[in-house]
Order: sequence, then C-alpha cells, then structure tokens
Amino acid sequence: MSSTTSSTTSSTGPDSKQAQRKAAMAVLAHSAAADIAGLLAAIAVPAHENLREPENGLVMVRGRIGGDGAPFNLGEATVSRAAVRLATGEVGFGYTLGRDAQKARMIALCDAMVQSAALSGEVEAKVIAPLRVAVNAERARKAAETAATRVDFYTMVRGEG
Amino acid sequence: MYVAVKGGERAIENAHRLLAHERRGDRDVPEVTLAQISEQLALGVDRVMTEGSLYDRELAALAIKQARGDMIEAIFLARAFRATLPRFGATEPVNTGEMQVRRRISSTFKDVPGGQILGPTFDYTHRLLDPQLAEGFVPDQPATAEASQAATPRVTDILGRDGLIESSPQADGDAPVGDLTREPLSFPADRDLRLQNLARGDEGFLLALGYSTQRGYGRNHPFAGEIRFGEVEVEFFAEDAGFAVPLGAIELTECQMVNQFKGSTTEAPCFTRGYGLAFGQSERKTMSMALVDRALRAGELGEEAVAPAQDEEFVMSHSDNVQSTGFVEHLKLPHYVDFQSELGLLRKLRQEFAEANEAVAMQEAAE
Repeated sequence: MSSTTSSTTSSTGPDSKQAQRKAAMAVLAHSAAADIAGLLAAIAVPAHENLREPENGLVMVRGRIGGDGAPFNLGEATVSRAAVRLATGEVGFGYTLGRDAQKARMIALCDAMVQSAALSGEVEAKVIAPLRVAVNAERARKAAETAATRVDFYTMVRGEG
Repeated sequence: MYVAVKGGERAIENAHRLLAHERRGDRDVPEVTLAQISEQLALGVDRVMTEGSLYDRELAALAIKQARGDMIEAIFLARAFRATLPRFGATEPVNTGEMQVRRRISSTFKDVPGGQILGPTFDYTHRLLDPQLAEGFVPDQPATAEASQAATPRVTDILGRDGLIESSPQADGDAPVGDLTREPLSFPADRDLRLQNLARGDEGFLLALGYSTQRGYGRNHPFAGEIRFGEVEVEFFAEDAGFAVPLGAIELTECQMVNQFKGSTTEAPCFTRGYGLAFGQSERKTMSMALVDRALRAGELGEEAVAPAQDEEFVMSHSDNVQSTGFVEHLKLPHYVDFQSELGLLRKLRQEFAEANEAVAMQEAAE
C-alpha cells in the first residue's frame, strides 16, 4: 500500500485498484457459486495453485450499541476462505459467508485475475459484469416490492383537500 | 455392574433408533427438506440462528429438522456446532444505517424521513386461521412500486441532531470488546457484554421480562422509536489481503426504543434509549431485548433497581436457554448414587424418629 512515486492518476493508483478488487469481491460474495462457476467456465482460466486450501470457519459478527456506538459481539457466522496464486505471480483472496469453500476458491481466483493487467479486462467483462447485473436486478426487485408497502399518509390529505 | 452398563448401552442405541423412526414420522408422508424449512419456516430458522448465535440458514434448518421442531434443542445443536470450526476473527461492526430496508416502522413519527415501510408483517392481519393455506395455495406475486432513492436515517439519529436523545456510548479507546464465549461472566458487566448476552438470550424469557417492565416492575416508559429489518453488508479485515474484504450480506432486525427522559442541574433533559439487534426477522425478540437493555441501565441512570428486569445478575444468569435447559434437564440423568445416599439418610432419620417416639411412648406408659 506504499504510495507510488510515479505520476499515476487516481484511476490507476493502488487505492483505486483495491476499490476495484473490493467491488468485485462484493459482487462475487453476493452471487451463487453455480453462477460464478458457469461464467468462469466460459473464459480461459489461467494456470494457478492454491496458496491457502479452501477452508470453513467462523467470524464473530459485531454490531454497535444504539446502532452507532461502541461495538459489541452479536453472534457468529459461518464463513469460507481461500487464496490462490496465478502462475504469473498474482495472489488472490476469497472470503464469503457460508460453508461453500469452492465458492471462496473461485472468488480468490477472480481476485487474482482482477489484479492481472492481462486478465482484468476479461474477468471484469465476462464474469463480474454479468453477475453485477444479476445482483443489482435482485436488489431492485426487492426494493420495488418493499416500496409498495410504504405507507402514504399524504394521499389521505390530498383526498380531503 | 458390567451387566448393567451393557444393558444401558443397548437400550440407548435402540432408543435413538426409535427416535430416528419417530422423527421421520409416517413414511408415506414426504420427507421435509432443508430448503422447505429455510424458505417456509423462515422465522423459526431466524430464531435458531439468533439464539444459537450462528448465522447459517442451512445449518439452522438442519438443526430444526434434527430436533423435530424443538426450538431449544435446535438452538443447542447450533451452539454445539460452533465448537467444530475455527474462528477467523471478528467482522467490522455492521452499519445498520445503510441497511437495505425490507421493513421500517416508527411509532413515534408518522412522517419519518424515508417513510413508514410495512414490509412482510403479521401486523394488521386478523389472526384467523386460513383454511386456504392447508394445501396448494399459490399466493399472488407481490405488488411493486417505484423505489425511493431517499435515505432512511435512523430515528434516533434524527432526534440526536437536536440533542433530544442521549447519544450512544462510544468505544473506550483500546478496551477490547467483551466476549462471553471466551471469558466467563462476571458482574457488574459492561453494556457490550449485556447486549451479547441478551442477543443470544431466550426470546420467551426476555419477552416476559420486557412485559414485566411495562406492567410496573421497573417501568421505563418506552416508545418503539424505530424497528427496521433488512440486509446489511458484512466486512472482515483479512490480514492476508491487507484490507476489509466484503463477505456478503446478512439479514438483521434492529429496535431502537426511546424511553423516559432524564436530566439534572448540569445536563438538559433528554430521552434515554434501549437497543435490540438480532439475526433475521426477529421483531418480538429485538423489542424485548431493547426493553430489558434499558431496564438494566437503571444503575447507570440513577434509578432505583427494584425489579427483576433491572437485576443484571438475575437476567444474565438465566437468559441463556441452553444453559437453563442443561441444568433443568440434567435432573433426568441417573442420580442413583445421590438418591441412594439421600434414601439412606432418610431411613436413618425415620428410624431415629421412630425410636424417639417409642421411647416417649414407653416413658408415658411407665408414668
């Protein structure tokens, strides 16, 4: 994370790379393992090895007192993690809620590809982008269903006026 | 001795075999699947996740199936499972203010910014059994409307801007977050530990205690400032990656109780608050939790602690249904030796009693 001395713009700096990785990880964590596998099957996956064998574990989920105060321990959640290294050296990390260790491995593989100058364009276009569309569509569907249950007190006021 | 042990083993084995048979029920009836439990008995799954202190819908559904629907047994199974996995660490604290709200109501402000959003609720249903649901009912697709882009700020944040409500206690520098799964309880307990205890505490126990405060045993004059339910993003600081990685989202319910105000010669009066947070859609649980959280702050707020709900040692020592059921149900286990010694003592006492009476009777007869 050391600051770069070259005149890189913010869009290619280390912070933006990390933001891109986080954004990709978020989309992948929200996606079903079968959907990720299906899209990965359609691209040429580079040679890689497991740096950390996929494994299951727990994280303690923390909330905040009053929603915005000091943290407290709410309860645990199952989580899976993995790490892979491409033959070209990039190391990717995969973390996801749940016990699907292979999903964590696929996320790690995608994270490694996102970091590769040669592969990031393809993985972004052919894996992350379609998954993002699906995740956003699901989110929008839920938001629209929820919005229909919003109480509209103003309607009554207009009716009387 | 040996014979008795062998006999017990066979009886236990056969009892478990019979249990498996009874659990399956009539084999002509299709077996219930984990997906069916998770999708159609979702609030039961939420309760097992909350009190089992383990967010994993599939495991909670399995626990319910294995426990034949006995929720406390299922919670016990979920708790026990946790011991089989390593803990990687703690997540970043979740931000409920950025929840993708599925339901959000306030009983204090009609026109709360972001609106009153009913979501999927039993509220306003007639509580009449619906024969349609008995079989083959296909519900209508949900209605949709244009989603508002407006934020849904927490009601307590809105009150807080004008100083009308006390602010949440902030983290004490380097003090570690208390964790009752790592250190045994000791009293007095800080609020972080109390909330962890209440979060995994038995819903029925907390409901009764919350109700008791409303009936006058430690009254704290509550309003449901806000109840919200929806998805919250979870992040975990991964040492290997070197930054907080997204893990996905979990469903949470949060209750902000707004309670009687306090003030002093040095502090302007403001509302006080109680807080509830739980996995899944657990409204009754979070409301009860918030009432009890507020009641347990009696000492801190200079109130006289006279009621059970205000006694942290009483509440925290009896809220955990796995602990409670362990101690109550252990009475079923063989206590033959204990009982034999009691029986021996009782026989001796009775004999002494009889001998004393005999002596008295003989003395009376002699006189």
